[in-house]
Amino acid sequence: MRFMMMTTASSDDDFGQSEELQAEMGAFIAEMSRSGVLLATGGLDPNATRISSSGGKVTVTDGPFAEAKEAVVGFALIEVRSREEAIELSKRFWGIVGDGEGVIQQVFGPEDLPPAE
Amino acid sequence: MTASGEPAARAAPPRTGAHASVDAVWRLESARIIAGLARMVRDVGLAEELAQDALVAALEQWPESGVPDNPGAWLMAVGKRRAIDRIRRSRRFEQKLEELGHGLEAEAGEPPEFDLVADDEHIEDDVLRLVFTACHPVLSTPARVALTLRMLGGLSTDEIARAFLVPEATVAQRIVRAKRTLSEAGVPFEVPEGADRAARLSSVLEVLYLIFNEGYAATAGDDWVRADLCQEALRLGRILAGLAPGEPEVHGLVALMEIQASRTRARIGPSGEPVPLLEQDRGRWDRLLIRRGFAALLRAKEIGAPPGPYVLQAAIAACHAQAAGPEDTDWAQIAALYGVLARTAPSPVVELNRAVAVGMAEGPERGLALADALTAEPALRGYHLLPSVRGDLLARLGRRDEARAEFERAAGLTRNAPERRALLDRAAALSTP
Repeated sequence: MRFMMMTTASSDDDFGQSEELQAEMGAFIAEMSRSGVLLATGGLDPNATRISSSGGKVTVTDGPFAEAKEAVVGFALIEVRSREEAIELSKRFWGIVGDGEGVIQQVFGPEDLPPAE
Repeated sequence: MTASGEPAARAAPPRTGAHASVDAVWRLESARIIAGLARMVRDVGLAEELAQDALVAALEQWPESGVPDNPGAWLMAVGKRRAIDRIRRSRRFEQKLEELGHGLEAEAGEPPEFDLVADDEHIEDDVLRLVFTACHPVLSTPARVALTLRMLGGLSTDEIARAFLVPEATVAQRIVRAKRTLSEAGVPFEVPEGADRAARLSSVLEVLYLIFNEGYAATAGDDWVRADLCQEALRLGRILAGLAPGEPEVHGLVALMEIQASRTRARIGPSGEPVPLLEQDRGRWDRLLIRRGFAALLRAKEIGAPPGPYVLQAAIAACHAQAAGPEDTDWAQIAALYGVLARTAPSPVVELNRAVAVGMAEGPERGLALADALTAEPALRGYHLLPSVRGDLLARLGRRDEARAEFERAAGLTRNAPERRALLDRAAALSTP
């Protein structure tokens, strides 16, 4: 099962990071990659561009936005055997980062989709 | 979801709260815990029992106390305490101590307490030792498979039994016997070196690929745990690649599994029938897994040894993955790779695949010559793909009557109903001018 783990806010605005935290996070990411759990990860630029489509008209609005707290600032795509495993790994992540918020959502895989028509 | 839209039979069995957390921690940590304990007691069977004791303690205590901050370390600490208790209480205490002492003297005079202290730095080596021990050639193949899933995958005997469609008692007995065999044979807890290593490694890779193929063969109606075997094998392969990064064949196997797994969504049609590679909708291939497969293959090639069977099979899979459409397939390259594979790991099935590739690269006549040479091969007697391949080549040469007879023969040999229908359709299409 794949899960997208997203960080929406952390106590450190720019994830800004003592060297110690960076080293700890680096080791965590390396371990997750080596064990085949981590498929992709990255940080996101808070300067977002918002796109909305309505009645055939596409509107583009450049950020930054006031409600930036809800914006995703980082993500990790992981492959695990259960939601609990994803939660357990997320706990370890927050154990390193400290205060903050995030969401975990399952990414549907072949087993969740109807077969080809 | 299944094709009929019924709720998926694949959903994991319901577990709740603390129990589910214990389960998740166990799955993530058990291999390291068993490996670390095996280093202490020098007996993987005993190590596994001690780890199970720790798991039971967690199941008893965590629902009350909550999951500890570092659950893996908690389990390891409990396991180690039990190990020390066990060694002390054991009637074989003296004997065991003596064994430990001897073993350590052999290891360049380290102090005897060496094995009894926490040793996180060596934990990865210990996991690698565990892999080699669980896949030791002294064990039968089914025993190796069961032990690997149990000790490295953290699967329960019930899960293994469901995955391999055998009674749970059979698996439980297999595991008990396997542990006893390892103990009686005095299999040392070590990573083999020298001349032994290649053979031992190929035993490990064989076990992983077997687990993968068992999952790959699962059908839509099967238990979720069965199809998850692919995922399990892939996970173990990736871990092994991290533990033994200098082994090209490990990366080769990982590449092969990543690329094969990338086709999961495209290889089964709406009514559960297998869709042949060249007819698959490539838009449904998982690009992320393909990219991972390519990366693993590249790592294997960078090591620079002559390619082994897994690297070669992965390279062939990569050729298919690289082609935008079936018509873009580099058949000359695939035929050449099968040629090398046929010399490295000769088998009639490889030869038959080579015939197909040569038939595509150099024309049906050349392919047919190779396929014809296989008709006397006893290993392929009763194998439906031989007449099926010959039928295809004969049809392309315009020898319709012979082609029809071959397709009919193939249909009579396959046990897969949708495949039989497809073969009979091809035969029928050849009888109308």
